[in-house]
Amino acid sequence: MAEQRAVPAALPAPAGLPARIYEALRVYALVARMWLRASLAYRTSFWLTTIGNAVTSGLDFAVIAIMFLHTSALGGWTLPQVAFLYGTSGATLGLADLAVGSLDQLGQRVRDGSVDTVLVRPAAALAQLGADRFALRRTGRVVQSLLVLAWAVSRLHLDWTAGRLLVTAVLLVCGSVIFGSVFVAGAAFQFFATDAAEVQNSVTYGGATMLQYPPTIYARDLVRGVVYGVPLAFVNWLPALYVLGLPDPLGLPGWFRFASPVAALVCATAAGLAWRAGLRAYRSTGS
Amino acid sequence: MRLYAAVARGSFRRYATYRAATWAGVFTNTVFGFFIAYTYRALWEIRPHLGGYDLGAALTYVWLGQSLMVPVAAMGGGIQDDLEARITSGDIAVDLYRPVDQQGWWLAADLGRAGYHLLSRGVLPLAVGALFFRLRMPAGGAAEAALTWAGFLASLVLAVVVSFALRYMASLTGFWLLDARGVRQVTAVLGMFFSGFLLPLTLLPPALGAVAQHLPWAGMVQIPEDVFLQRRTGGALLSGLALQLLWALVLLGAGRLVQRAAAAKVVVQGG
Repeated sequence: MAEQRAVPAALPAPAGLPARIYEALRVYALVARMWLRASLAYRTSFWLTTIGNAVTSGLDFAVIAIMFLHTSALGGWTLPQVAFLYGTSGATLGLADLAVGSLDQLGQRVRDGSVDTVLVRPAAALAQLGADRFALRRTGRVVQSLLVLAWAVSRLHLDWTAGRLLVTAVLLVCGSVIFGSVFVAGAAFQFFATDAAEVQNSVTYGGATMLQYPPTIYARDLVRGVVYGVPLAFVNWLPALYVLGLPDPLGLPGWFRFASPVAALVCATAAGLAWRAGLRAYRSTGS
Repeated sequence: MRLYAAVARGSFRRYATYRAATWAGVFTNTVFGFFIAYTYRALWEIRPHLGGYDLGAALTYVWLGQSLMVPVAAMGGGIQDDLEARITSGDIAVDLYRPVDQQGWWLAADLGRAGYHLLSRGVLPLAVGALFFRLRMPAGGAAEAALTWAGFLASLVLAVVVSFALRYMASLTGFWLLDARGVRQVTAVLGMFFSGFLLPLTLLPPALGAVAQHLPWAGMVQIPEDVFLQRRTGGALLSGLALQLLWALVLLGAGRLVQRAAAAKVVVQGG
């Protein structure tokens, strides 16, 4: 106990936002590396889960491919166009899941009291919990989605202007940030509802499933909720309209197609605030 | 028998304790139901009788699939979490000393769990689906409808047993691999695809579909669905149930052999 009390005094809190971010990233990398080594201890299981992850997410694409055995267009979109949605949706969710997906275990940790262990350490709780049980096997989904995306690009016969390339690259970054924000906000919610972790699956995995298909097949109200509620449409639907050169079925302002960075910034800020509120409201179970 | 009934009851009550988890699960199944129903509708509007299902049957297929997902656990889960934790920690050694059949114990626990999940996460998403889409409930005269419901319930119980038998064996690999997660992932993939959960097996390429119809996974989603949709009646209903029963017996038998080999491998460390 004496050492624990001594720690904060011995380790001055880093000053300024850049220093704090650097420190959090360093903590994240340390914890992630530890879990990486732990997961490689069971090699058979590691490879089975990695491949299994790729195949599991690949099955979603198998479903789409099978649907296209029976039709040439879905909601007016061709298979390569839907594959572009699929690849971007899977890759962004996969990257977010790789980075902070472990946060969905938070409710469990609140229940068993192990959040306390995290909070007494002199390091950012979000970085520690985000890297907790860091699972490299989750790259399975990312790799598989990027392969589908590459296939889509090869089949789309688009004129790859600088604008299209830029929007696609920005899409992958901002989409990951938006999904990552959902993970963080979902974790913050678990401070209040400790065993409702599954609700956030409906936004993350459910949202990714929805974004694999063209917006044209959904009811208008649902699409509106996805633009203005949880702004998932900015992950790939709206930028994809620009990249694929398709008319807007949603009747939204044209600049929305380029607004993903704004949406990502808003999401990240909101998630950060939610996280702080959750952390403040945290009451230990005492166990 | 009384012991197993008590185990099943205890398991039912245990899962019933986590109310928030139940509501969260119902919500998630319902949200997924909406997304998948829209994709099915887009496809069936282009191909109205695809795979032998009309639009109403296809939409019912989606929502019933969401309802069966957790009770039947074709993708893994259920008692697997507890069983694998006990194998990893070594607590399983204590279980093996109990004068009770391990497989029977865990089957009873899984049936109790499935019963609770059917009443909560099974009924509610289907009810919401019926509110927003035109679903097809068992029709016909009173006798015909009653027969369909009876066949459906029998098919459902067998679906849980077949699923349990496979999951039990998958978890027991933990005795050899120490970490059963990899095997679990593989069985999840097979279960998702070959149970007909993602798409009816009649939509698969013909050769693959014909094989898939006879594999154990077909008994987890496809057969109960077809019984409910009255695509399996009379002889087809009986042959469907027979296939499920056959796989249940074969897989439970295989599970006993694996269990014996696993028990022989246990090293009690003591201390």
